[in-house]
Amino acid sequence: MNRRQLMHTAAALAMALALSACGDKAPPAAQKAEAPAAKAPEVQVVKIGVASPTTGAQAHIGIDIRNGVQLAIEDANKAGITIGGKAVRFEMVAEDDEANPTKATTVAQKMVDSKISAMVGHFNSGASIPASKIYADAGIPQISPASTNPDYTLKGYKTTFRVVAHDGQQGPVLARFALNQLKAKTIAVIDDSTAYGQGLADNFEATIKAGGGKIVAREHTTDKDTDFKAILTKIRGRNPDLIMFGGIDPQAGPMVKQMAELGIKAKFIGGDGMQTPNYIKLAGDAAEGTMASIPGLPKEQMPGGAEFLAKFKARFGKDVELFAPMGYDAVMVFIEAMKRAGSWEPAKILPEVGKTNFNGVIGPIAFDEKGDLRNGPITIYVVKGGKWEPLETVTPGAAQAAPAANAADVAKK
Amino acid sequence: MDIFFQQITNGLLLGSIYALVALGYTMVYGILGLINFAHGDIVMVGALVALSVMMALGASLPGVAVLLIAAGAAMVVCVVLGLFVERAAYRPLRRAPRLAPLITAIGVSILIQYSAALIWGKQYISMPELVKPAKIVIGGVQITSTQAFIFVLALSIMAALLWFVKTSRMGRAMRATEQNPDVAGLMGVDTTRVIAFTFALGAAIGAIAGVMVVLYYGQGHYFMGFMLGLKAFTAAVLGGIGNIPGAMLGGMLLGLIESLAAGYIGDITGGLFGSNYRDVFAFLVLVLVLMLRPSGLMGVRSGDRA
Repeated sequence: MNRRQLMHTAAALAMALALSACGDKAPPAAQKAEAPAAKAPEVQVVKIGVASPTTGAQAHIGIDIRNGVQLAIEDANKAGITIGGKAVRFEMVAEDDEANPTKATTVAQKMVDSKISAMVGHFNSGASIPASKIYADAGIPQISPASTNPDYTLKGYKTTFRVVAHDGQQGPVLARFALNQLKAKTIAVIDDSTAYGQGLADNFEATIKAGGGKIVAREHTTDKDTDFKAILTKIRGRNPDLIMFGGIDPQAGPMVKQMAELGIKAKFIGGDGMQTPNYIKLAGDAAEGTMASIPGLPKEQMPGGAEFLAKFKARFGKDVELFAPMGYDAVMVFIEAMKRAGSWEPAKILPEVGKTNFNGVIGPIAFDEKGDLRNGPITIYVVKGGKWEPLETVTPGAAQAAPAANAADVAKK
Repeated sequence: MDIFFQQITNGLLLGSIYALVALGYTMVYGILGLINFAHGDIVMVGALVALSVMMALGASLPGVAVLLIAAGAAMVVCVVLGLFVERAAYRPLRRAPRLAPLITAIGVSILIQYSAALIWGKQYISMPELVKPAKIVIGGVQITSTQAFIFVLALSIMAALLWFVKTSRMGRAMRATEQNPDVAGLMGVDTTRVIAFTFALGAAIGAIAGVMVVLYYGQGHYFMGFMLGLKAFTAAVLGGIGNIPGAMLGGMLLGLIESLAAGYIGDITGGLFGSNYRDVFAFLVLVLVLMLRPSGLMGVRSGDRA
């Protein structure tokens, strides 16, 4: 999600954030300096790596993740954790991967060389995937707080985990939502011919067909186009209840606008690629009532959300952007695994990470055999009054059937 | 049937924008025999300047006034840019082999694109809503008042240009230079001035086309001129490059071809080709025209120059 979602950040904003990033670097350095003096020499230092883009257009998101990790490490050090009978002190090794796949592999190598026990990162799928090979070769467990590309956990490495739902889970969730909650019978599907957009749309279409919905049109555009009149006119002729778009906001915005211009009354839904403030700007008034999903709970609704948000604000003097809770939980998952393993050796903690059953800020965390988050929640948002408002949260697993059935009952009564 | 007429309407609207941009290609080609590949990017600059003005003024003035100021600013910037490009990049190469200015044009195009990326960034810029468009429904065909305005304005500009080239003194000089620059020079036509004027006129019309694209799609982007330029170039070739009415006809036809291809190709081929092949059809037209009728639909005399 990440890169697509943030490509729209204005250059000026990015620069301002990059500057604030420089300011942020102070705390970890200070922490490192004071720590050796404070503790006795027999304390074991355990290093946890974190990599995210802390400069450039996505810096605000990258710093958010790093701050989440830092907060977790500070909390753990305050709690005075012992592992295998030995007092330990956790230390953060933070690197900037610049959202750049090449830089990410350099960073990964640096992490391995500095003998980290566990790795939190990266943010962009494009960075997490190439880096995952290096961590896998070194046997270091890696939890990505934000990468949603399904490929990340499909490389066959035992070391890759993530604490967000992936794109392959989003399509079916959207489809079930369309069938059960929106009661859509006839549906048109458009994608932007990219791996992300087409994948999302294919997953959506398959679930709709399996669920008895009718696909009245399946159209493709590209991720460069801005004119969808011809496609939409054709779709208008099929008169669908709902139009689903797999793609990102520069297309979704004008598409919705052109739908309104052509007098199409169908509802509109898409994935996380269009769940951005920029989409609303591009679509204008036409955005009102359109829907999109994004992996994870709204931060206010996370089980540990309120407490975490307050703690984060008190520590860093700013609000959580997006993925800080995931970064925080990733560290806690590692620490729990170390406690169970009685060791900080990557080889010893790795099997324990897979067995995680932990209640984090974001909710219950457990991994499937691939390292994906089990029942990772996905939230559907709707544009209301020019803003994205959470509408409903669903988990991709069987849990969805229950509320859906209830809704159907209510509808019947 | 509604759907068919709606597709025709969509095609004509799109075509009117292509036609305006195609004029810039065809006028310069007619006079210099140069394909000014940077023209699409001048249109882009016009669009982005207009967007910047719209955002800067915002709701401080009535929407129509903002629009006029934005269009005016875009025209001024584009004319200056067009003149500068002509003076700096093309004039020194006027007596050079044909390939040199062509390659220079591609270089200028890339230069303008990435300069724009530096100035405006690489993200999509969205247009603030200035005037709330009304919906117009005619027998199942829906358009907005903005689109109707774009169409009428495009036709008016084309008519005005035809009239200008046909009747004015400068228009006569342009036609003379087009027929034979050397003889025109001997007859007292200041060909250097005529060429510069042609670039300025093309850029001004391009700027208006850029503003129209912004109005039509509600957004702009540093790379938007590339595809638009290629399509308009195709339209110019289709109509007969160097021929002004030909560019208009070519633009309209290309818009229609694209719209109908995107709307019906999926059904006709049983889903083998989807609407994402729309651009393929546009360029298939280019290839076919170059193979079967290199001088285009309306171009007769300019055949030797193609």
